[in-house]
Amino acid sequence: MNIRVFVTLKNGVLDPQGRAIHHAIENLGFEGVNDVRAGRLIELDVDPAVTDEQIAEICTKLLANMVIENFEIQRV
Amino acid sequence: MKAAVIQFPGSNCDRDMAVAISSITGAETLLVWHGDSSLPDGVDLIAIPGGFSYGDYLRSGAMAARSPIMQDVVAAANRGVPTLGVCNGFQILTEAGLLPGALMRNAGINFICRNVPLNVENNSTPFTSQYKKGEQVMFPVAHHDGNYFADDATLDMLENDGRIAFRYGEYVNGSARNIAGILNEKGNVLGMMPHPERMIETMHGGSDGRRLFEGLIAALA
Repeated sequence: MNIRVFVTLKNGVLDPQGRAIHHAIENLGFEGVNDVRAGRLIELDVDPAVTDEQIAEICTKLLANMVIENFEIQRV
Repeated sequence: MKAAVIQFPGSNCDRDMAVAISSITGAETLLVWHGDSSLPDGVDLIAIPGGFSYGDYLRSGAMAARSPIMQDVVAAANRGVPTLGVCNGFQILTEAGLLPGALMRNAGINFICRNVPLNVENNSTPFTSQYKKGEQVMFPVAHHDGNYFADDATLDMLENDGRIAFRYGEYVNGSARNIAGILNEKGNVLGMMPHPERMIETMHGGSDGRRLFEGLIAALA
């Protein structure tokens, strides 16, 4: 079973990478993109028995730094 | 006096750190592999050197902080053993929970490699006793992720408790309140982005880093 973990910076935390991407989009001539936030997608292939709680523990212990990041778990 | 310098895959300042410690303090300095489960007996000083442990994959320092040796490093640091983390070592100390906050991508995105002025904010620590409070010194930085972040309550606590060891004397990387190095509550753990071990003799363009290691002799004698 595939699990997708999306790790994103918390609101209010400066995202220089997102800002640079935003700048590049504007340089391409696209208008109307107000802001860009960059995150990270991590895919895990797990046994079906692995629970969301276990995945959440993996996230808080390693995949996300809870000082600056949030995570979202999606089963696909 | 015995010192341990922890080596991770991707550490690249480990030898500089070991040379600085052994040549200045005279300590027997052992390189300790990250996969070891315990530190050598009787270690008086632990240094976590700069570099790019695990290629900075996931986040700088994240995987190194979960490596086997770090459990013993955390235990020793909590017992009061002086522990110095420089650059990637600072990132590892925050990821391991020994220091608060996090180090994010530099605000200007670029990798920064140059000498920067630092203001000594607290000189009553084992690491900074040979500096004057308020003195400005020059250390090199070489980092991509040196932008210190913590919430306002944590930053206020660090300021009020004298836990900011060094501040940048100019804008460098977007660090909250220009923080370049912080201490743990007991004052025995220092994490800093600039590299004292790269500034220990005049051939390096300055020797301001030397006094950090000289301070440790006095603290550990």
